[in-house]
Amino acid sequence: MQRRKRHLSFDKISFMVVFLGLPLLIYLVLVIYPFLQAVHLSLTNWRGFGPISEADYVWLDNYVYLFTSSKFMLALGHNAMLAVFLPLITIILALTLAIVITVGGHSHGTIRGIRGASFYRIVSFFPYVIPGIIIGLMWRLLLDPGMGLVNGLLTTIGLDQFKDFAWLGKEETAMPVSMLVIVWGFVGFYMLLFIAAIKSIPSEIYEAVRIDGAGRWTTAVRVTIPLIRDNIQTAYIYMGIIALDAFIYMVALNPTGGPNYSTLVMSQELFNTAFGGQNMWGRGSAMGVVLALVTLAFSGLVFLVNRLTGGKDAVSY
Amino acid sequence: MSTNTLSENNRKVTVSRSDKTFAGVSHVLLVIWSLLVVGPLLWTLMTSFKTTREITASSTALPSALLTDPETGSFSLSYLFTNYISAWTSDNFGRYFFNTFIVVTSAMLLVMLLGAMCAYVLARYQFKGSQLIYYLMLAGLTFPIFLAIVPLYQVLKSLPLPWAPNGVFLGTFEGLILTYVAFALPFTVFFLYAFFRTLPNEIAEAAQVDGAGHWTTFFRIMLPMAKPGLASIGIFNFLGLWNQLLLPLALNTKEEQYVLAQGVFNFANKAKYEVNFGSLFAAVIITIVPVLIVYMIFQRQLQGSVSQGTMK
Repeated sequence: MQRRKRHLSFDKISFMVVFLGLPLLIYLVLVIYPFLQAVHLSLTNWRGFGPISEADYVWLDNYVYLFTSSKFMLALGHNAMLAVFLPLITIILALTLAIVITVGGHSHGTIRGIRGASFYRIVSFFPYVIPGIIIGLMWRLLLDPGMGLVNGLLTTIGLDQFKDFAWLGKEETAMPVSMLVIVWGFVGFYMLLFIAAIKSIPSEIYEAVRIDGAGRWTTAVRVTIPLIRDNIQTAYIYMGIIALDAFIYMVALNPTGGPNYSTLVMSQELFNTAFGGQNMWGRGSAMGVVLALVTLAFSGLVFLVNRLTGGKDAVSY
Repeated sequence: MSTNTLSENNRKVTVSRSDKTFAGVSHVLLVIWSLLVVGPLLWTLMTSFKTTREITASSTALPSALLTDPETGSFSLSYLFTNYISAWTSDNFGRYFFNTFIVVTSAMLLVMLLGAMCAYVLARYQFKGSQLIYYLMLAGLTFPIFLAIVPLYQVLKSLPLPWAPNGVFLGTFEGLILTYVAFALPFTVFFLYAFFRTLPNEIAEAAQVDGAGHWTTFFRIMLPMAKPGLASIGIFNFLGLWNQLLLPLALNTKEEQYVLAQGVFNFANKAKYEVNFGSLFAAVIITIVPVLIVYMIFQRQLQGSVSQGTMK
């Protein structure tokens, strides 16, 4: 047995080549190489014609352009805004619902979930399985000034100022409304995540807290949230990454970037630059690099903040 | 809350007032949330049975025109589904549906096979460079697809595919499928890596003592044992790939090869007076139904994998 393992039999060689080599080859060619090539392309003014090796190097010109372009900076600002508010709103809502579902039952004996918890769980998860583009389009129709349900309901209850109100067509409402649409799509997912985390907390802890006479609010803020803070960190990073992309939702809600580009995000600008007919591949790649760096910086920041405020070490069970 | 005392034998517990209030408030909250989730979906479903004229006239009125077939003067299923029929046939969503099905199913099966193989080797064999591969995979999870999208177009344009019309991967289902596989691979590997780690060693060892080779051990012993993990990641990939928009938008530009997500998107973005809104609503429902069915059937596994996959 031992000897056979050491010998490189045909079985072993063919096994390793196919099992490791094949997936790795596909991955290297279609993921890793394009990543590296993007960095390379971002230093050129390549426009898609002829071999890349013949493109002119403009070095950092593309980046200089991006940081002086008011349109790109506007898009960057929108992404930053999304990265601040989307995780915050989504997590607060998801946590509230998760806590209510898991500890909503009456307060004696073992901790009890609310009645109908599984129904609420199933319903809440719906939006997560619906394609993002459909969520966007559906809400574009729901928010349509004339034929949308939102204005229809608002005017029915007598709020006539919302007749033909263009939620997505006004600069002051387009962005907040777009955010709420994305939140709608993700609250259920994070709620489920938090429910799983809360359920993994040993019930003895809750019982002890309860015997000590802590109320629900205290239990939630002092016990539940600190115990699942690593899950909250994960959720914050995931949601932030979604906010820094946001392509699907923004492009569905306002394909051209909204009134006065008030909902334009970096990914949209990248797509238009590279594929929108201008073929600015070098500049598009530079945008990709900026997007990737911002994403990395965001994850690092959230991680650091959680560490500095005592995550990981604060709780152990 | 601590007003009621509870003795071991006393099973009849009186529910305290604060409990009742809390439960009441909780239910109100959850009901509002459920309505916010289900309401828009039901409205979209309802509107898909209205004519474009009805849709633009009132958003809250119930469908009526499609309920009576003008030819017979009574209800008929085929007339009720007018929007669906026109979406499916004249607006090409039938074709898009078929395209999506082919691309997503093949990519999902392929990524599960390749992902399982790769994860198995990484989890069960020790060799030089396995750490490096692990970090390479991590990079695929960390960096956005947007970083790769521009060069990816070029890569597919230069990869030869002899039987394709223009001789390269770009613009073929093969190219799209392979790209889907590549970008779904890292998460699949991570998920199954953890799974293969937890499987017991004894059975595989026993099989090898009996003379089973590496291939046989994997396909006959380990893969069947990994079925629950494969099911979870399979559903995850199916939903994720069904929802993919960016890759087809950038790489799959021929109208007859559109997938549903991009088909609906392009359809909705036609000039407003050109859009048949009845068809659009029907197309939205056509895109949602398969994922909802998959969700309904597999919701236990899916909810399980959400908690597992994100706890790492």
